Amino acid sequence: MDLSFSKEDEEYRREVRAWLRKNLPKRADDDEGGELTVADPERIARAKAWQRKLFDAGYVAIGWPKEHGGQGAGIVRQAILNEEMVLARAPAPIGMMGVQMLGPTLIALGTPEQKERFLPPILTADELWCQGYSEPGSGSDLASLKTRAEVDGDFFVVNGQKVWTSTAQFADWMFCLVRTDPQAPKHKGISYLLIDMRSPGITVRPLVQMTGQAGFNEVFFDNVRVPRKNLVGRLNEGWLVANATLSHERNMLASTTRTQQLMSDLLRLAKRRSRHGVSVLRDPVARQRLADLQIRVESMKYHSLKQLSDGIHGRSAGIGASVNKLVTTELNHDICAAALEILGSHAGLSRTSPHVEDRGVWPIDWMFTLGMIIGGGTSQIQKNIIAERGLGMPRGA
Amino acid sequence: MDFGLTADQQMLAETARQVLSVEAPPRTVRRIADDPQGFSPELNRKIAEQGWFGLLVPESHGGLGLGMLDAAVILAELGRSLAPVPFLSSGVLATSLLLAAGSTPQKKAWLPRLASGEAFATVAWLEESERLDATGIALRARRARDRLRLSGAKRFVVDAQQADLLLVAVRTGSGTGPAGVTLVLVPRDTPGVSVVPLPSIDRTRRFFEVSFDDVAIAPSQVLGAEGKAWRHLEALLDVASVAIAAESQGGAERALEMAVEYSKVREQFGRPVGSFQAVKHMAAECVALVEPSRSLVWYAAWAQQEIPKDAARAASMAKARLSDVYSRVANVAVQMHGGIGFTWEHDMHFWFKRAKQSETWFGEPAWHRERVARASGW
Repeated sequence: MDLSFSKEDEEYRREVRAWLRKNLPKRADDDEGGELTVADPERIARAKAWQRKLFDAGYVAIGWPKEHGGQGAGIVRQAILNEEMVLARAPAPIGMMGVQMLGPTLIALGTPEQKERFLPPILTADELWCQGYSEPGSGSDLASLKTRAEVDGDFFVVNGQKVWTSTAQFADWMFCLVRTDPQAPKHKGISYLLIDMRSPGITVRPLVQMTGQAGFNEVFFDNVRVPRKNLVGRLNEGWLVANATLSHERNMLASTTRTQQLMSDLLRLAKRRSRHGVSVLRDPVARQRLADLQIRVESMKYHSLKQLSDGIHGRSAGIGASVNKLVTTELNHDICAAALEILGSHAGLSRTSPHVEDRGVWPIDWMFTLGMIIGGGTSQIQKNIIAERGLGMPRGA
Repeated sequence: MDFGLTADQQMLAETARQVLSVEAPPRTVRRIADDPQGFSPELNRKIAEQGWFGLLVPESHGGLGLGMLDAAVILAELGRSLAPVPFLSSGVLATSLLLAAGSTPQKKAWLPRLASGEAFATVAWLEESERLDATGIALRARRARDRLRLSGAKRFVVDAQQADLLLVAVRTGSGTGPAGVTLVLVPRDTPGVSVVPLPSIDRTRRFFEVSFDDVAIAPSQVLGAEGKAWRHLEALLDVASVAIAAESQGGAERALEMAVEYSKVREQFGRPVGSFQAVKHMAAECVALVEPSRSLVWYAAWAQQEIPKDAARAASMAKARLSDVYSRVANVAVQMHGGIGFTWEHDMHFWFKRAKQSETWFGEPAWHRERVARASGW
């Protein structure tokens, strides 16, 4: 165990802190919680500009190897950057789908041409990515997906439909699972394609979430032609590629940075509100609940440090990603629920309402965090993975 | 920066697991649990040979000179096996207090003997009120010429039946606050000291009431400065919290393992019960409790050595969380065993009971959460 920082690392922390202080965008009035939506191209432009600024300063994908545009940074720098982002309440880069999910997959499994073509614009947010996995008939049973891709010369021809596709309404590209061999067992006939969202034959139809925001979409493919060179990994081995990406997704969804930010927002709220004539922080029941949440947040913070360390020192991560996804998404939702309790009758007020607190983000985030418990593999699916792959409990029922 | 155990600590854990599986398998734990005395000199000797009792004792006093994280590694293994040995009471609590508060002659007299396992010591702290603040120390030591004279009782003194030395917290000054709290060293065989068992649900860890009937204390028996011992007890509360949390981590891991192993072999409806999702999800939820909490225990143990300003908060976080986690996991583990888990014959109940005993001892989770709130400046 060594939680100390070298002089160089302390210097790095000072640099990051000073940079953030100088460059952090003012929290916009139209930041309404939840996800970005198509209705607001200005917000998207602002978010892209923020990522670009972070990238230019060397603060995006710092764990990636230098040859691919990262910093080759070790866990210490990653942890420092995360901590400082939390402290500064800095927004996450908009292109996290690319940075945390596709990027590492391409670095591991992509062709040299694919890396050269796709990695740089992921870093700069010049190209945003969405994930084409779920289908109307294939949610938790993802491997049953039916979107078909048939080889036609140097192209695949894609037909079918994806659903719950976040950010598809403004993404430039999609990494997508398609069925290339309908005769093979379901896991063995799937391939992993990179699809230009501007291709003819693609229709994106926004789906309005319970938050009222059009945060995700249906995507329809009608004879969409995709060059063969956009196949990642081998034909019919897309399930392996997807699994590599899925564990990245679980880590991303479970990012403890976001959890720590939510917790610090909750504490700010608790400090200035009172309930039934007693300030929240003087109410013993509220103190118990806040302390319990704080303890769970800190335990995930140290756990993520342990996992980063394990990664660096080649200790197996096992089913760590599933545990993170399960624990952190539920913790995020519990934090938001505690905020609503503190707010009392004010809890449900919308952004446009008089007397609203924190621009109405709490009820939106409360709903959004429930969605995150379902998305990226439901809590129940994570539990199956933990039990079967982690504990070796028998498959079946 | 490396959040994890060193190679030496991993080896310590592996050795401890190996030693305990040979020296304190469940049948041995059960035999000691059934024993009226509740301990085994033979097992204590085997553990002493490993040097664990001297783990926190500096090399200059005959110990290994290791730190709280190393102790946490051993405690987790003891929590797994439930071996009823006086490591927590003597090797951790009494040793920490002697190290922090003792004079050089006192350390010289006792630390080498504790380190070798030739003698054991325990701390007598709690009283009827069970308060964990300074007011809880109400047992009065009257001054009579150059002697202090003790009359009164201490409760929940762990392992007192096998302790040669009692470190007793008493009140020498007037008032009820931190000033006037004094620690005294009382050999258990001193006339006027009586030790009465407090039989409890957890037969693998024995508690006692220790009464003092006008016991005379010489000046050389006062540990450190008279009237100024409260800060040592406050620090000891952190050590105890981390220690119990580390034990609980190990116990929770073992209880879950036993339940999962059982679910793979027990068949109903023509297949292992572990193949049913309802059972899998019970186990997975326990994993989600147990895995992150390990990091919290390690951090709290590390903070005791290296991050003094966060030591109290970290200790209470660990104690609060691990108390909840262990009790929950032990409960689920019993349920995953079905009817057999409810029997005296099956071993599962030992962990279930230890979990509850540990949860309630040295501050229940709610008390520690309140302490976290205060330490966080809320």
